Amino acid sequence: MSVVKIKIESLYKIFGTNPKMGLEHVKNGVGKDELLSKYSHVLGLQDINLNVQEKSIQVIMGLSGSGKSTLIRHINRLIEPTAGKITVEDQDVMAYDKNALRNFRRQKTAMVFQRFALMPHMTVIKNVSLGLDMQGFKPEEAKEKASKWIEKVGLNGYEEKYPQHLSGGMQQRVGLARALTNDADILLMDEAFSALDPLIRKDMQDILLGLQSELHKTVVFITHDLDEALKIGDRIAILKDGKMDQDDLPADILLNPKTDYVKKFVEDVNRSRVLKAKHIMQKLNGKDISKAIKVNENDFIEKFIDRVVEEKPEMIVVQDKQNKNVGCISSKRLSEILKK
Amino acid sequence: MDFFDQFPVMEQQELRDFKKGIDLAFRTFARTYGEAIENFFEPLLFFLVWLEKLLTNSPWPMIILVLAGLAWIASRSILLVIGTIISFLLIGYFGMWKDTMSTVAIITVATLVCLAAGIPMGILMARSNRIQAALLPILDMMQTIPSFVYLIPILMLLGIGKVPGLIAVCIYAIPPIIRLTNLGIREVDKEALEAIDSFGATTWQRLTKVQIPLALPTIFAGVNQTIMMALAMVVIASMIGVRGLGVPILRAISNQYLALGLMNGLAIVALAIIFDRISQHYGKRIQKHREGKNL
Repeated sequence: MSVVKIKIESLYKIFGTNPKMGLEHVKNGVGKDELLSKYSHVLGLQDINLNVQEKSIQVIMGLSGSGKSTLIRHINRLIEPTAGKITVEDQDVMAYDKNALRNFRRQKTAMVFQRFALMPHMTVIKNVSLGLDMQGFKPEEAKEKASKWIEKVGLNGYEEKYPQHLSGGMQQRVGLARALTNDADILLMDEAFSALDPLIRKDMQDILLGLQSELHKTVVFITHDLDEALKIGDRIAILKDGKMDQDDLPADILLNPKTDYVKKFVEDVNRSRVLKAKHIMQKLNGKDISKAIKVNENDFIEKFIDRVVEEKPEMIVVQDKQNKNVGCISSKRLSEILKK
Repeated sequence: MDFFDQFPVMEQQELRDFKKGIDLAFRTFARTYGEAIENFFEPLLFFLVWLEKLLTNSPWPMIILVLAGLAWIASRSILLVIGTIISFLLIGYFGMWKDTMSTVAIITVATLVCLAAGIPMGILMARSNRIQAALLPILDMMQTIPSFVYLIPILMLLGIGKVPGLIAVCIYAIPPIIRLTNLGIREVDKEALEAIDSFGATTWQRLTKVQIPLALPTIFAGVNQTIMMALAMVVIASMIGVRGLGVPILRAISNQYLALGLMNGLAIVALAIIFDRISQHYGKRIQKHREGKNL
């Protein structure tokens, strides 16, 4: 079974002069607005519980002010929590002293930032080898490793350029290469693609998915864009006002939204474009599949909908890569799902 | 209504005793520690004398060549090199060579002392709001108190000479480099700092890899200001025994020699312009990444 890589338990963050006092109020049921107006403290995060599976992409989604950027900064303790526990690989991150925390940041995590946060005074190659530099690698060795990742993100030839000579998309490739060069298991991506144009954003998403199929990192990905979340997330957690509304598989977020907020969020999504056959299939259980059409489990509905309309089959059989039958979708269920 | 017409002053006798007490205390302090303080500055004096001798005793064409070379290395501007050569040729031709060399020597040493002490102080100040709160009023005082006033305790402590002159110059010239180092570091982009933190930087790595490099343009503005302030103190420093272009200016004031005063004054202006341009160009040149887009 899958292994939990990052475990976040009842995490609270309250901003203000006396967070402990604020915490008491919050635990006694004071809400975000009241905390701000009555006690002038800001509720950042409230009772967050999250298990991030190893080698998966965990998306954390929410609108601005929902606390998603605050949450991701707790994982490498760029922000200290007011209360709660964070465990990475069974190690209590909160128990780390300065040195241990530094080593943890150097070896276990790497971060990609919304506005790139590249060093303007360093060339691309220097930027990419920054993490290794911190760890005390020899310059030649760091350079060699960095070059490899610069090539992987398609930036060869730009090694000696400075960041401001590059376009936004290219700058974020540098940011991605910088994080990957660190060779850490955990990749923290804070709205990494939000500042990019739609087309370039799509490119970057594809680059990330391509790399992930090869590297199998544990990725925590923050976004405010549902399409992006559905495209790259293995699981999606939805934050609202510092509280976790739902943490589920993408298909379940779409098909079974738990709260009105999530429901509203997913209302306008084109389901045929984001749901795959495997998301909506049901168990075979000896159903009659003699007149069924066959689809791959990873096909989006969009891909086989034309065939369904043309051939009007009763049943659709879902197969895996080895053409083994793994499930089925009745045409009735399909139409229900597409009707919303 | 005596109260409103007469300010309630301290008793004459008391006031006299009060001042006397302070003077006496400082005199005792000077007598006890004067020598120790002088010894402390001994290496500095040694360096200053050595540099002055080097500058005055070397053949003048060589000095001009070296200065022109420095101007070229720092600025890569042929115009500035030519300007430097012509200025020094004129200074020499009008008989101010030796004094100018003395001034260059004390300015150089004073600037180095200011940087060596001021940059670390600026860094400390940037790291702690408390240190900043403590230092700012002191810096304000150093910059606004009339220089003649702090000449008095310096004279009482060390007498007339090069070292007291150097100290007076430094007191006047050090505030800008401290202030601007502090400002530069405080203005460093928070996101860059967060990024380097996320890669597990130590405090030292944070300082040397991000804070100082990104603060460099501001720090260089401070270096430039410090040089200019040091030059401005040349005349006052010459009152307490510093040789250089200030001495003939003092003589010109007391004897109303217009030409002498003007010539030496213009020589100081020439030095100021040359040092200013060189340090500014150098500051810009080390910021290669700030050059325009060339993609």
